[in-house]
Amino acid sequence: MSGAEAVLTILGLGLITVLTRSFFFLSQREMPLPAWLKQGLRYAPLAALAAVVVPEVVMTQGELIHTWQDARLFAVAAGSAWFWWRRGILGTIVSGTAVLLVLRLGLGW
Amino acid sequence: MKLGSEGGTLPPWRHPAFRTGAREMMSIAPGISAWGLVTGVAMVKALGVPLSLLMSMVVFAGSAQLAALPLIAAGAPVWVVWATALCVNLRFVIFSAQWRPYFAHLPLVQRLRLGYFTADLNYVLFMKRFREPRPSAEQLPYFWGGVSLNWCAWQIPSVAGILLGERVPTHWGLGFAGTLALLGLMNTLLSDRATWVAAAVAGCAAVAAYALPLRLNIVVAIAAAVAMGLLMEQLPRQRRSA
Repeated sequence: MSGAEAVLTILGLGLITVLTRSFFFLSQREMPLPAWLKQGLRYAPLAALAAVVVPEVVMTQGELIHTWQDARLFAVAAGSAWFWWRRGILGTIVSGTAVLLVLRLGLGW
Repeated sequence: MKLGSEGGTLPPWRHPAFRTGAREMMSIAPGISAWGLVTGVAMVKALGVPLSLLMSMVVFAGSAQLAALPLIAAGAPVWVVWATALCVNLRFVIFSAQWRPYFAHLPLVQRLRLGYFTADLNYVLFMKRFREPRPSAEQLPYFWGGVSLNWCAWQIPSVAGILLGERVPTHWGLGFAGTLALLGLMNTLLSDRATWVAAAVAGCAAVAAYALPLRLNIVVAIAAAVAMGLLMEQLPRQRRSA
């Protein structure tokens, strides 16, 4: 890919970011969503998070992991434990990352 | 700049809700930053410094960037790169349906500007705070507070990653801090049984559909969880009427 082509590709990607993120509020015309869909979409934020988090924790290279000796499992356990104890996202990140680094650098998990 | 026009007479950064928006994003920011750093390193390996900087600023969508990188590096046709990014971004199309009642009354230029900034976590935090889908004066200041912090928390480490390249120890698994941030945020949304079940269904669906290309498993998982959530809400009602 030439330099100019790469620049064009990247500019197009930026346009795609803006257009997909604003897709349903680009037009101001009436757009009645059925009530059940509006109701159901309340679960979308939670679902999107779970859909990203779970595979990141239990899969490696597109395969389910076959061992419990994986630092990520313990990092998630530690982070969740912190969250339900203290209700802080920052603490979830810090405790989880600490456990991850100790297991990964210390034990090679 | 007419950003303040909807938030009363104050410019958005003077409104108290701006601070609230920034503060709520602050606790998630370390995860976003770790992710930005890792993405910066991945970009510079594939594209070199100038193109990576351009991509970071213009595209501002981590998962689409990561999906596009190997394709650009391999010299894939431009339309393939764009189609890939489009699919990876499909979740934003779903999210935009929910943004609509809050934003649709604004001028087009402003809606496009909002569109650029509405990343995943801003969406989650905003919908959590403003459950009633109608505009109110504090929404835009809150939005701008959150997205400004999110933008900086992503872009500064991303640029650092681009400039530092291989010197960043990515093999430590620092990117996982991003996953932990999402985990924490996900936990804040778990309350009644329906939300736990919806999350479990989404997680399982995302794993089961992982082999789908272009991160379409995310879209499948959202659809499955929405369907299951609706079903859970219907069940007790039917039992009562039976």
